[in-house]
Amino acid sequence: MTEALKLTIDRRDSLAVIQTEGYINNQGGEEIARVAYDLLEGGCRRLVLDLTGTKIINSIGISILIEIIEKMLEVEGKLAFCALTPTIEKTFHIMGLAQYATIYPDRAAAVAELAT
Amino acid sequence: MTGRTRLREVKLTLPMAPDMEVVASQAASSLANFIGMSPDRVDEVRLAVVECCINAFEHSRSADRKVDITFGLLGEGEPDTLEIRVHDDGVGFSVTDVEEPRIEAKLRGSRKRGWGLKIMQGLMDEVKVLSGATGTTVVMSKARGGRDGER
Repeated sequence: MTEALKLTIDRRDSLAVIQTEGYINNQGGEEIARVAYDLLEGGCRRLVLDLTGTKIINSIGISILIEIIEKMLEVEGKLAFCALTPTIEKTFHIMGLAQYATIYPDRAAAVAELAT
Repeated sequence: MTGRTRLREVKLTLPMAPDMEVVASQAASSLANFIGMSPDRVDEVRLAVVECCINAFEHSRSADRKVDITFGLLGEGEPDTLEIRVHDDGVGFSVTDVEEPRIEAKLRGSRKRGWGLKIMQGLMDEVKVLSGATGTTVVMSKARGGRDGER
């Protein structure tokens, strides 16, 4: 069995970073969504998904990330991704996610941009 | 599919069970490494195989709940291309009925899924789907150096 996705949350006022470690499949995507929606409920409007520890993802997991993007658009918030592997970044471009969520090379760059 | 000589073949049968797509992707990764693909291209093969297996697991309606995967090492003298065939004994589907997913529509609509084939086509050099009443076979390939020798 693959290990369950681990999440680390770093909240700073209305900005939060969710760092992932492991496979983002349907369960992993749902776990990210649960945490993201809790943060939204708590007033967070800028969210960074730091995929430093994720080397593999599937389209079911990505579909759940699309739901999170949709929710962020509804509340006029901002969602960004950072630290993607080249393949995950390419996949996000193939799907068009990059049009709705900016991709940054690392967490520092994403946080600097979203904090302004 | 590529017209090259089949030098080696590796077969794997997997049950349609949670995380078995990861097992398939690990086998694909080993063979892509074996023919000397760059790490980024190996990763692309890996993700394409995950998508291919998930499609079969979710949509085939196969009675025996298994997929047969054949990895072919193709080339002249030494292998330079990995071909992957993923077969299920499901009910098949009409390839022309598969709608091209668009992010704008997915964001507005209730169905967010349906990306598998598009991802496979974007990550592999060639993807062909053969489907009928006796099942579906997806044949995809990627060369060691890529279409334009990239990476």
